[in-house]
Formats: sequence, structure tokens, C-alpha cells
Amino acid sequence: MKLISMKAHELHELIKKKEIKAEEIAKEHIERINEADKKINAFITFKPEEIIENAKKIDKYIADGGEVKNFTGIPIAIKDNICIKDVNTTCASKILADYSSVYDATVINKLNKHNYLLLGKANMDEFAMGSSNENSAFGPVKNPWDLERVPGGSSGGPAASVASFEAVCSLGSDTGGSIRMPASLCGVVGFKPTYGRVSRYGLVAFASSLDQIGPFGRDVTDCINLYDVISGHDEFDSTSLDMKDIKDYGYKHGQDIKGMKVGVPKELMVKEIDSEVKASILDTIKILEKNGADVEETTLPSIEYALSVYYIIAPSEASSNLSRFDGVRYGYRDKDAQGLREMYRKTRAAGFGPEVKRRIMIGTYCLSSGYYDAYYEKAQKIRTLIIDDFKKAFSKYDILVGPTSPTTAFKLGERMDDLLLMYLSDICTIPVNLAGIPAISIPCGLSSGKLPIGFQIMADTLREDNIFKAAHFLESEINWKITPKI
Amino acid sequence: MGKRINKEDVAHIANLSEIEYSEDEIDEITVQLDKIIDHVAKISEVDTSKVSPTSHVLNISNVLREDNPRQSIEHKEALKNAPESSDDGFKIPKID
Amino acid sequence: MEDNTENLDNLSNAESAGKADERFETIIGLETHVELSTKTKMFCGCRLSFGEKPNSNTCPVCLGHPGSLPVVNKKAVEYAMKIALALNCRINEYTIFHRKNYFYPDMTKNYQISQFDIPIGVGGFVDVNMGDYVRRVGITRVHMEEDAGKLVHSGTTGRISEADYSIGDFNRAGTPLIEIVTEPEIKSPLEAKQYMITLRNILLYLDVSDCSMEEGSLRCDANISVKLKGSDKLGTRAEIKNLNSFKFIQKALEYEVGRQISLINSGKKVIQQTRHYDDKTQSTKALRSKEEAHDYRYFPDPDLVPININESWIKEVRDSIPELPNQKEQRYNDKFGLSDYDSSLLASDFEISCYFEKALASYDSNAKGICNWLMGDFSAFLNKDQISINESKIKPEHLAGLVKLIDDGKISSKIAKSVFEEMYLKGTDPNEIIKEKGLEQISDEHELESIIKEVINNNPDAVNQYKSGKVKAIGFLVGQVMQKTKGKANPTLVNEIIIKKLS
Repeated sequence: MKLISMKAHELHELIKKKEIKAEEIAKEHIERINEADKKINAFITFKPEEIIENAKKIDKYIADGGEVKNFTGIPIAIKDNICIKDVNTTCASKILADYSSVYDATVINKLNKHNYLLLGKANMDEFAMGSSNENSAFGPVKNPWDLERVPGGSSGGPAASVASFEAVCSLGSDTGGSIRMPASLCGVVGFKPTYGRVSRYGLVAFASSLDQIGPFGRDVTDCINLYDVISGHDEFDSTSLDMKDIKDYGYKHGQDIKGMKVGVPKELMVKEIDSEVKASILDTIKILEKNGADVEETTLPSIEYALSVYYIIAPSEASSNLSRFDGVRYGYRDKDAQGLREMYRKTRAAGFGPEVKRRIMIGTYCLSSGYYDAYYEKAQKIRTLIIDDFKKAFSKYDILVGPTSPTTAFKLGERMDDLLLMYLSDICTIPVNLAGIPAISIPCGLSSGKLPIGFQIMADTLREDNIFKAAHFLESEINWKITPKI
Repeated sequence: MGKRINKEDVAHIANLSEIEYSEDEIDEITVQLDKIIDHVAKISEVDTSKVSPTSHVLNISNVLREDNPRQSIEHKEALKNAPESSDDGFKIPKID
Repeated sequence: MEDNTENLDNLSNAESAGKADERFETIIGLETHVELSTKTKMFCGCRLSFGEKPNSNTCPVCLGHPGSLPVVNKKAVEYAMKIALALNCRINEYTIFHRKNYFYPDMTKNYQISQFDIPIGVGGFVDVNMGDYVRRVGITRVHMEEDAGKLVHSGTTGRISEADYSIGDFNRAGTPLIEIVTEPEIKSPLEAKQYMITLRNILLYLDVSDCSMEEGSLRCDANISVKLKGSDKLGTRAEIKNLNSFKFIQKALEYEVGRQISLINSGKKVIQQTRHYDDKTQSTKALRSKEEAHDYRYFPDPDLVPININESWIKEVRDSIPELPNQKEQRYNDKFGLSDYDSSLLASDFEISCYFEKALASYDSNAKGICNWLMGDFSAFLNKDQISINESKIKPEHLAGLVKLIDDGKISSKIAKSVFEEMYLKGTDPNEIIKEKGLEQISDEHELESIIKEVINNNPDAVNQYKSGKVKAIGFLVGQVMQKTKGKANPTLVNEIIIKKLS
């Protein structure tokens, strides 16, 4: 078995038994990236010499008797909006193209304690704004299943790198579906934790009240293990939670799902849903039913407005978060401008791509005097209604299930001219971020065009254990063995 | 012209956002923003008279830090990304 | 439309100030910014620093680096509560932070984390003692925010308009800042100045800021308007920035009152604008007004969570508030029997009252005596040198020692003055001074008797006058003894001995 096709937990066993070295694993992955990434374009920063050097250090650490933890020596790709000291953090933007981080994100500190192996910084939609990874200053990422199609976004690089065996696992960020949606389109597992479970310190903010870092893997176990490493309270993030986690709820691998209460919100089976996707989702729900789960249809009436609410709240927060990119302290500066104001304007005009500027403009509008009440505050109120809908549902169900994306991977360029159609790509994932709850996407089937379909499982705030239980069970039942042929 | 947003609005928002747009771009983005805002404006149909806004999904409060100093970053680290620097500080174009 | 106020920008000071037109009344509201003296910044663990190398006390948070997040300094919240409570405010049990969005290069995020509609304290007041009356000034709100960095403008003048470029130093960025806003209830420039003196004194008592106006840790902006007495119609107000000393507050506002009244009297309009006080010309000038009205797009900062303040926390903070000036005044009255005047004067200056109490700690039998020195000669010397009492060389225990020497009859009040001068110049212990210079009062009867005998023998005329009933003649004799002893003789004792000898 080739090393690149192995899961992190499988590699871990071999490393632990000292049957393979981190350097061998690193070399195989570097080889794979050299060969595949010309087509995929999943990496923005990739430095093979440094990877080998670091792998050797890890091998020495292990040889010296260092503890081999779950991710010791495991090559991981990090989305390029997560800060790593002395490594560029570009956010796939021209404005940060040469920006070198001055500190490590908390998730990186936690991974460093495992002696993980940084494989590189993964491509994305600029500042995580997009659903197709076409909004990158470093070029679009291609879907490993079909190079003419998008990998989904905004974490297209982290998803595609794992799907194409370039990386074992990766970290992405999810503001409106940016982990789950590309996971669905690339046929991998992507998990968005409860808001506050994973520290945002060092994650370049898009929409602070929605952003959450999460893992990608080729199986549920890798995602759970990686989540376990990166989660936990952080004193550098005021919105970080210090509460019971999966072990405290008695989570164990391999529990059955008998008696589990499952709700299927009818609103998530949106009218835009592709018939093949719908069929696959219904098949998957049947597996749950067949194995003793109590499944029934339910309703989340307010999520009809989720997309609108999201496209007010996220750009509003973004417009403020992205004000700091002004050419004064770091990043790109237009050097020919005369005077400060012109420098600001030309720097931001040239430094940001069109979608980022559009969202800054929308957000500025929604917060501006005379419109705040009608847009921002109104959206926040409807957000309350959406949260209440979920609360009501979770008083009855352990999990809610449905599609991750209404369609399989679409063609590059297909939705670039129709903004609203592009925004609709996230219609099934956005409500989760607005409510702050956890959700996972697991591969559940393949379309006739040989494109993966993703199944979304949601649970109440802090109840990641229920998601893992169902996801793990379904994974073993579905027994997904197909891989892209790149 | 758009239903909700006109060129003057866009020029005003661009000004607040400190983003330069050419005349052509203003025309283009006016159409785009109008379309988006018109779409999201459907939230106005929801009755929210008895609802309080959520700015936070978390039910936590009083996250406070003790007044204990931490190591600042090195001076050269602070300035390493500066587009232009001078006299130990960040050089800023003429403030107009 | 040309700003017709500009024509009056160069009013001579004599014309503008002083000549308060009796038909008008003045309405002033002040916004004061106080930099707190916590160890670390408002939202990160960087130390607060003064005069250090630019950008040496910075981190990803206060430099606004991507991905960094703020965490509230608990001490700063408690200092804010202390201030709000000392100003008789109600503490909001639920308080949150907003973002105030605008681009300016002294701000590292291009938004300031501040408080908006739910500040930590609301609805308080300060009683300002104006000598013959007390002005109660309402406090609208006390709120928390972060300070900006410093910009140094190139060029010789240091003026922004003449600079080719500026240098950003973010050591100050993120310093905890408290804004204290008054109701528009201050009725004169003098009241404004007294309010600031009173406020500063309270803040010093609370020990929450060094309140240095030169360093900018206490700054104030004023909103001022005038209106005809009895009129319900408020005048248009001007905002005056850069009032960084007590003197400037009064002068700038006096100028502004004159300017606004002159405008109205000459049939012109006061325009709502921001003005800047320039001490060189002793006048206020309109700042270039931006066409665009500010639109700060305030919204709750999603990076921070609410602060809930319960009764027990309020009590804890309230209990930590030291005795405040008005309470101290009362105590001086009751415990030391000082007059209202003395008590109020002492308590109204935090540094002097601390000094007073330190002096009392080493000698507590004559509070009035120590007070007199502080209010009299000592103050005069300090005023002359323009220094504060803490900068003087005299230690509180030495001042107490001086009073004790007088009380014990070891030196005369006259000698004491020269001893004090020596103490002031060199900071020496008064006991050492009198020992070294042999200034100790002669209270030894034997020693005095021989000198007195000599004086009586040498001045038969005076002796005869005294014996013939001219009691005043004894003064001459005492004077002779004092002269011979270079003032060291105990005059009371000399008086007694002479009377005894001549009777």
C-alpha cells in the first residue's frame, strides 16, 4: 500500500511502531504534490526542502524517545488564512501576497505540540469569500474528480489536497459552508465544530461571529482526531468555549445508532436540489432508518431567510475586519499614490479582488447610517429566529440531516457571472453557521457523472458526539472506496 | 437605474470603504449591489417586533484577562512587514 | 458659502475674553479622556510605556495584525467602575463593546473598540466647589475604549499640514482609555477649569491614572455655545479640541465665548464646527472641515463578549475606593479641628493632602501648624518655582519636625523661617540645621540672666521709663536681648525674666 493513500491514523500506527519514518512519508507526499499540483493548484506556499528538513527533525525526536502522538510526523496542509510564524499568510490575496506572519495561530501551537509536519499553505477563495475557489489571486483550484470543475470553496485547496492524496489531512475554515461544501464536492470528510470550540486566534477574520476552523480528512476518524487536537479553550480568543466535549458526553468509536432521533428539515431539500443528489441523500437516510434510528421530517421555517441574513451579517463584519488592510503596517501598498487617502484607495482597489471589494461594499452599506436598522439589526433579529428554530428541532432530535450542497461540482466559470446563483451554492450550509452549531459533510454517493455527493449531519450546540456517532456509523455502512483518478 | 442603490450611494460607500473605482466600475458595481441588496431586502417581510437581535451565538460573558504583562514582539518583527519604515516607525504618506 | 466666523478668528484676546456680555449665558459640556495606569493595554498584554523606542511595546493585537483578537483587561474594567462610582454613576449591569469604524493611520485596525449605547456607567454628577457656590455638573456617561497610536509629522514645525510624511508609533495604541462626558451644565470657562481640577483630583485619589496633562494622559474636548439669557433656544455649539492644560481650558473657552457673542452681536451666525486652540495666538481656529459627515458604522464587536456586572462585584470595587476629597475634607474638619477653609484647601489637592498625612504620621499634635506651613510659606515657594510638592526636597517628616521644634520652644518662628528656607534648598533635617548652625533657642535661664543683667545695666533710661509706668519700654529691652543673642533667645522667657528682675 502506498503511503499517500493511507489515513493519518493508519500512518500513525506505522510511525509508532517505527516501521516508517516521517521523512519517507514526507517524500512520498512531496512527490505526489510535484506531480499532481500542477493540475490541482491546491498549494500557495510549498517548500519541499523545509518539509524534508522538518521531517528529519521529527524522526530524530522520535528516535530520541519523543512521544508519538496522533499527528506526530503526519503531513498536513493548512488553509492560507491561518497564521504560522515566519511563513507567508496570503489569504489568496494580492494585498497579503508577501505578508509573513509574526506569530502562530493557536491551532498551529496545538499541532506543534504534536510535532505535526507542515506540508504547505493551501489555496482558497480570497479572504475565504467564495464558493468555488475561483476568487484566488493565485489562480483557481481544480477539482481532482474533474479538472474542469471547481472544488468548491472557500477551502478549495484544503479539500482538493486531501482528495488528491497530496495531503493526509488539512485545516480549513468555515464561515458559511467553506469546509463542508468543498468536502462535499471533493468527496472527503469535512467538519465544522460548534462556534467557540476551536480558537480563532490566528485565523484571519472574515466574519468573526461565523468563522470556525475545522479539519478535512479522508475518513471520519481522522477528522475526529484532528478536531480533538485543535479544539479546546484558548485565553487569546474571548469567544473560545471552556465546556464539556465529546469524551465528556461519553463518545466512543463504533457505537450503534439504534434509537437515535433524526430529523430531516424539509427546507434543506431546496428546490434547486439536483435530482441525483436528492436520491443519494434519501438513500443515505434509509440506511439510518434501517439500522434503528427514528427518522422523521421536520421543519426550520426561518431558514428561508438564512441566505439573506448571511449576506448581510457576513459582509458587514467583513467590511470592518478588512479595514486593517490599508498599506500602512503590512501588506501591499500602491507606491505611486500621492498622499494618504489616495494610497488607501489605490492600495485597496488593486490589492483586493472583485468579490472581496463587493462584499466590503455590501457590508459598509448595511452598517451605514440610515440602513443599519433595516439591514444589519434586522438580520440579527432573524438570526435569533433561526437559532430558535434549531433549538426547537434539537429538543426533539439528536441530529438533523440533509444535503451539504444542492449540486455536485460545477464547471469553472459557470457561476462567476451570476452572483446570486453562486451565493445559492451555500444555501444548505449557511444556517449552521448562523446558529453556531456543529456539522459534518461525509461522502455518500457518486453521481452518474462520477462526481461525489456529500451528506450533511448537524447537531445541537456542543453535541459533536452525536455527529461523530452517526457519521462514523454511516461511513462504515457506505464503505466509500472510490477515489479520483488524477 | 437600480431599485435600491444608485451611483451616488455607491460612490458614498466606496468613499467610506476607501476603495477607488473608475466610472465604469461604479456603473458595474451599482448594478451588482442593487441586485444583491434587493435580494437580501426580502428580510423586511419578517415580523421581528418581538425579537431581540443576536450578535453572538455564545451564551458566555465576562471573558477577562488579568493585568499581567506578556512579552511584546521584537521591534524588527513589528516592522518586518512594513511597506515603508523610517525612524523606528511606519512611514505614512502625507496625511491629507 | 464662506465661513464668516473666520473673520473673527483673529479677535484680540482682550476683545474676546474678559468682556463677557451680561445678556448672554454660556453652556459648556466637556468630554474628558483619561489614560488608565494599568500595567498592560486594554486588549493585549503589552506593557504601557512612555518615552520608549517607537514600536517596541507592540504585538499582533495592538498592531492590528490579521488573525489577532482582543481580550479585555479586567483591571481596566475595574478602574472604569471605580471612576464611574466615584462620579456617582449607575453601573450598567450589562455592558458591551462596539466597533467605531473610520480610517486614520494612528489606528491599527481602522476601527476603534469603544462603547456605544451601553457604556459601563451612566447618570452621575460631580460637585464643583466654586468658593462661594457649588456647581453640580451631571455626568452623562463613563465609557471604556482604546487609545490610538502616535503620529510624528516630518518637518521642522511638526505640523501635519506642513509634513511630507508621518511616522507611526504604536506603543500607545491600545492603552486603556476612559471617556467621561458631562451634561451641558457648565456655565462658565472658570467652572470648566474648576471641573477639570476637581475631576483630576478625584482621579488622582482613585489612583487610576497619572493624570499628566503634558503627557496627554488627561485630555479634554469642550462643546460650547452661548444663548441669550432666559431664551429656550440653544445656541449653535462649537467643539474645541486640544485643551491640554487647565490654563488653556479657561483661556480657550473665554476666547470662544467672546468670539461667539461678537458674531451674534454683529448679526452673524455661529457655525457648528470643530475648532482647535492655539496657545501662541491664544485663539481658536476652525479645523478644515471635512465635507463628509462622519459615519462610524457602530456595531457590536463580534470578537468580544458582554460583561455582566453584578452587585457583589460592584460592592467589591466600591469598597476599594479610597476616601474621596469631600470625605477627606470632612475628616480634617472633625478629627483635626481644621477650619472649613483649611480642610477644603488641603483636600482639594491630592498630593498636598497625602503630604499632609505623611507629616501627621510622624507628628500628630499640631495639624493646624503643619497645615499653616503647607498653605503658607511652602505653597509660596512651590509656586515661585512652579513645581509640585512631590518634586520638592522637603520630606514630610522633616516639615513635621520643624513644627515640633517650634512647639517645643526649641526655635522661634522667626528662626523657623530661615530653617525652612534651608530645608527647601537642601532637603536637610531641621534638627541638623539648627545643630549645625547653632540656631537652637536659648531657653536656659542662667545663660539668659547674665545677658539680661548686662542689658539692664546698659539701658538705664528704658529701665526708668518702665519703672515709671511705661510698660511698653520692656519691648525695647527684650529687643536688645534678642539682638545680643542673634534672635536665639526665647522671647517669652526673656520677657518673664526682665519683669521679675525689674519688679
